[in-house]
Amino acid sequence: MPEPTGPPERGVREAELPMVDARQVHKSYGRLEVLKGIDLTVGRGAVLCLIGPSGSGKSTFLRCINHLEKIDGGELFVDGDLVGYRQSGNRLHELKDREVCSKRAEIGMVFQRFNLFPHMSALDNVLAGPVWVKKAPGGPSKERARELLARVGLADKVDNYPNQLSGGQQQRVAIARALAMEPKLMLFDEPTSALDPELVGDVLDVMRDLAGTGMTMIVVTHEMGFAREVGDTVVFMDAGVVVEQGDPRRVLTEPEHERTRSFLAKVL
Amino acid sequence: MIAGPGAGPPGGRRDGGEDAGSLKIVPVRHPGRWVASAVILVLLAMLVDTLVFSHLTRGGVREGRFQWGVVGSYLFDPSVLRGIVVTLELTVIAMGVGIVLGVLLAVMRLSASRLLSGTAWLYIWFFRGTPVLVQIIFWYEGISYLYPHLSFGVPFGPSFVTVSANSLDTAFVAGVLGLSFNEGAYMAEIVRAGIISVDEGQTEAAQSIGMSRAATLRRIVLPQAMRVIIPPTGNETISMLKTTSLVYAIALTDLFTATQNISNRNYEVVPLLMVASLWYLFFTSLMTVGQYYIERYYARGSTRSLPATPFQRLRQGLFRIRPQTPSPLTDPPLARPHA
Repeated sequence: MPEPTGPPERGVREAELPMVDARQVHKSYGRLEVLKGIDLTVGRGAVLCLIGPSGSGKSTFLRCINHLEKIDGGELFVDGDLVGYRQSGNRLHELKDREVCSKRAEIGMVFQRFNLFPHMSALDNVLAGPVWVKKAPGGPSKERARELLARVGLADKVDNYPNQLSGGQQQRVAIARALAMEPKLMLFDEPTSALDPELVGDVLDVMRDLAGTGMTMIVVTHEMGFAREVGDTVVFMDAGVVVEQGDPRRVLTEPEHERTRSFLAKVL
Repeated sequence: MIAGPGAGPPGGRRDGGEDAGSLKIVPVRHPGRWVASAVILVLLAMLVDTLVFSHLTRGGVREGRFQWGVVGSYLFDPSVLRGIVVTLELTVIAMGVGIVLGVLLAVMRLSASRLLSGTAWLYIWFFRGTPVLVQIIFWYEGISYLYPHLSFGVPFGPSFVTVSANSLDTAFVAGVLGLSFNEGAYMAEIVRAGIISVDEGQTEAAQSIGMSRAATLRRIVLPQAMRVIIPPTGNETISMLKTTSLVYAIALTDLFTATQNISNRNYEVVPLLMVASLWYLFFTSLMTVGQYYIERYYARGSTRSLPATPFQRLRQGLFRIRPQTPSPLTDPPLARPHA
């Protein structure tokens, strides 16, 4: 059983608050309950890897953190703020569209199918956030966008359109696009699942480097090697609940639960 | 090594140690194609004959069957040219209003609000369900009959400006209203199809970097929807140019009405119908060229490399007078230089 966490103490210094704090998070689509009370905390600078069979609610949980889905029950805090609401006095106001947008701008997200904007060059994809959302000046933003593309190993692909890039290159552009917003938290939704096996390594290398810079990351993945090597915590989810979590070396090698064991037996 | 043309038949079976390169290649024959070509050529010859060379005796006078002289003498008649201006004005205004209405209605139909999507549905149902000729005549007769005084102001409150319907150019206004309201309904469906053709992941990606709904629609969804929206919109514009001729029914002197007015006086009915047709053909041809270039522009990112335009191909054809087989002395090697 996950250890219950205490309520956030408002007096605690911000730096000591966890980046993500989920308590009994519930989410249903119609009658189908996808999340059945998720309890999780992700510390600042930590890398949390979410593993589990498909349909276990991993992606849904990730999307809830980024306001792409609304939770039906429980509490979800990101950086000390309740997701989807603004507290004033003893009332919770539902966030307006504009406020949701500014919250999303602080969280980077990388999708399984890249979702690059196909009508824009790699550089313009990376520039979209800074220029259109942050209204940053074009010149310095371009400089920084080029730096980011160089950092993911694509300095020579700046002017290419997404369909001129391989899957792995597209996913690295997508990571650069998310990083351009200078997020405090990065969410990865099965970032290598749509890639040819030989392209997976490049993307994982970029993610490993990113983890090395102290970025807080939540990674939904089937790459157990990455989870073991880079993850600070591994969380195994099944059927909408957290079955087991802890140190990757322990969870992946000596799982306590039968369900974790049978899952790992299939993927390892 | 890259084989040049004529270097030998690929896939040829080598029997008895013979060099396949020395054998003669017999191309596949297409006898059906030759027969069809002969039939088409005869039909074309008949068409040219009847259009250009054929003569006829009408009322004791022997003249060309199609009277191209008469056609030519009215082609640039001032009243025809004035009619062309009206036709083009109607086309541009009706398409402009139609497109704006279409985008608005499409966004309304996709809205989460039942009232908005229902209103858009009702609009499309009504204007797509009644003939555009009826709508044009309805507005023409209806404006002064139903609303003799048009006022602008607070709904159910005081009005600031009141215009008498008689002071308007009723025929032109009715033409514009009838054509553009009808067009709005069709454009709405075209734009909606374009919007829903864009992958949902695009919206999510845009939202994930903090873009607002409006910005996502304008910067991400609509530019990609354009690839789906442009071809049918081109068809709609071409169709609109011709549909404007319906204003004949409300005596608005567009191109078609202008030619009809002339033939009502001189009874040269067929030549003047040809004058109108030639002008319609001229403008629809222009639009087809414009559509080609607009489609090319919005194809960015959907094809790896754009095919050359007809002009580019013509230029390449004119300035590349080279031997068909590459010469090792004058031509650069076909292999990549940095290989």
